[in-house]
Amino acid sequence: MVEQIGVFNYWIVIALMMTGLYVVISCRNMVKKIIGLNLFQGSVFILYISMGKVEGGTAPILASDFTSYSNPLPHVLILTAIVVGVATTALGLALIVRIHDRYGTVEEDAIQNLDREV
Amino acid sequence: MVSAIAILRMPGLFTAAMISGIYSLVAAVVFLVMDAVDVAFTEAAVGAGVATILMLATLAHTGVRRSQPVPFSWIGLLVVLVAGAALVFATFDMPAFGEPLAPIHMHVAPRYLLESMAEIGVPNAVTSVLASYRGYDTMGEVTVIFTAGVGVLALLGRGRRAPTEDVKDS
Amino acid sequence: MGHHYVLRVVSALLIPVILLFALYVQFHGDFGPGGGFQAGVIFAAALVLNALVFGLENTKRVVSPSAVRIGAALGLLLYAGVGVATMLLGGDFLAYSVLAATAIGGQHLGILLVELGVGITVTSVMVSLFYNFAS
Repeated sequence: MVEQIGVFNYWIVIALMMTGLYVVISCRNMVKKIIGLNLFQGSVFILYISMGKVEGGTAPILASDFTSYSNPLPHVLILTAIVVGVATTALGLALIVRIHDRYGTVEEDAIQNLDREV
Repeated sequence: MVSAIAILRMPGLFTAAMISGIYSLVAAVVFLVMDAVDVAFTEAAVGAGVATILMLATLAHTGVRRSQPVPFSWIGLLVVLVAGAALVFATFDMPAFGEPLAPIHMHVAPRYLLESMAEIGVPNAVTSVLASYRGYDTMGEVTVIFTAGVGVLALLGRGRRAPTEDVKDS
Repeated sequence: MGHHYVLRVVSALLIPVILLFALYVQFHGDFGPGGGFQAGVIFAAALVLNALVFGLENTKRVVSPSAVRIGAALGLLLYAGVGVATMLLGGDFLAYSVLAATAIGGQHLGILLVELGVGITVTSVMVSLFYNFAS
């Protein structure tokens, strides 16, 4: 089954990525933009992990019964990226709370209108 | 994919946050199927736990329940189609899924897998790479997490003024 | 709180188990999946569950906000401290082999301390984020 997948898995990831990008570009609400950014991040993680998989391999925990392992390097990279991603999401959400305190709304065009009035 | 499209169309913000939690859980299962056990662990704990809690806390603070419906954006569609087409064009050069002879498996990874027991003596190859072979990068990452914590402390810590005070001033 | 009975009882039973599991994941990161990041997030999740079910004030009495602030800095200090210690003992920065009598023992000790530092910082930062967002 794995042989027939070819490069199809990358196309699924690209579809997810583009959905996330569309959410970030077109949604007016800031919280939804952050959720779209999370979507984008998740799809990038799936891309890297799918590149690291070796057909017939197993998880990269060395044991004497197995000879073929999946590549541990993407795992390390993505482990770091996940935790950093949640840290930046938290920072973005804190900024949204402050923006709401200042402007009273989290809709992007309402904030631009308020800025133009001042 | 279904959850991604649902997030796009959903006007209710609470529901969108919940669906992003489901998206993280499904991603964790995908990681498990692809032999990435450490990553699946972390993604399930972080994505379905902490990230969802923070989004719900933000929604509770700002009191917004629904967002405006997504207007159809021509620029957005154009950017997405162009970028997507370029990426799909790029995938034709990539190695097939799971192929053992891909360039990514050729250079450093076999050395790490073969030498990890002899040089470090730790069965979990991911931990040995993370903490020993690439320990400097992990220190940088801990610094990033610390900085984000300090940043949120500075933004939301003490002395938050009541909302609508500033709006009335101007 | 009558209609929250089931939640309170189940959480009171589960939270210690979750904390124990977090400690297990932290220290068995060498032999199975796990390590500092996973353990830190699970520990923080247990504390967040405590805050959600039993109230934020109760949890703040158990783990005070200033303890969390100190914990975040302490974890990073531990990590960098191990690096400086290896430099003082004659090796390069973060070369764990010089920490103990044998090279492999030094690696084990170094990885243990470093993962502990990572776990402490991740726990403290996640709990601090929750405290800031929830008040």
